[in-house]
Amino acid sequence: MEELFKHLIGKQSAKVKNSVERGAVKKFAESIGDIHPIYLDEETGRNSRYKGNIAPPTFPRVFDYGTIEDLNLPNKGLIHGEQTFHYERPLLVGEDIYCYSEVKNYFEKKGTMGEMGFLVLESCGEDTSGQIVFSSKSTVIISEAVRKVLVP
Amino acid sequence: MTLQEIQVGDSLEDIQLEPVDRITLIKYAGASGDFNPIHTIDEEAKKAGLPGIIAHGMWTMGNLSKLFTPYYEEGFIQDYQIRFRGMVFLNDQITLKAELKEKAANQLSFLVKAVNQKGEDVIKGEVVYKKYED
Repeated sequence: MEELFKHLIGKQSAKVKNSVERGAVKKFAESIGDIHPIYLDEETGRNSRYKGNIAPPTFPRVFDYGTIEDLNLPNKGLIHGEQTFHYERPLLVGEDIYCYSEVKNYFEKKGTMGEMGFLVLESCGEDTSGQIVFSSKSTVIISEAVRKVLVP
Repeated sequence: MTLQEIQVGDSLEDIQLEPVDRITLIKYAGASGDFNPIHTIDEEAKKAGLPGIIAHGMWTMGNLSKLFTPYYEEGFIQDYQIRFRGMVFLNDQITLKAELKEKAANQLSFLVKAVNQKGEDVIKGEVVYKKYED
């Protein structure tokens, strides 16, 4: 089978401005049962070394990273294999973050579900001065059955 | 315990989650924006060949990091790497675990995992905790 996404390696989305919204952080922290005052309580934030509230480490799941041209992933049938985050510092509630994604790698190999595709997407966030705050990598596994639907 | 005192081989105190229920996953879908219906709607999960709805892998990963939240004044999670190994179903009882693997001057490396009621690892990976110098 053709290497479905190989030609997209290196393609990047345009940066999208996101805000670390207080309400979104609260909803997110509640949804993972991590209702610590460092995320939610303004006074705790002010008195902390961060001088404000911070967001949980997996909060970047919420951000909009823009669209990578020609990367048409199905919204069903994908398997999330692996996820990493790297931080320079925690995200601060109220700051603006510029987010983008890039196709880092694509390869195929035989697995338990036939010839499987592995797509590695890197997603990054920069602060308003252009400094990277976090980078993350998602490995998405695309089964043979799903890939057959994608290939015309 | 503060992270100052922890030694290689020590564990943070486990956290046992409430049995997974649907409303929790609906809330995570709303909070994260991940509305893949295999996490919330039974028929969609069955169409995808699953016995029932499964938790978002990122929900479990989000939960696991709360082992480190109490130590926010001492440092922060610099690196967080996870492999999704097993599915989490409704009513599963998940326990969160972290064990110190390596200790350097400003860095603590933990093996982290979430384990279900059968003792199976559902997610597993590593947290590198960066300690502040002052």
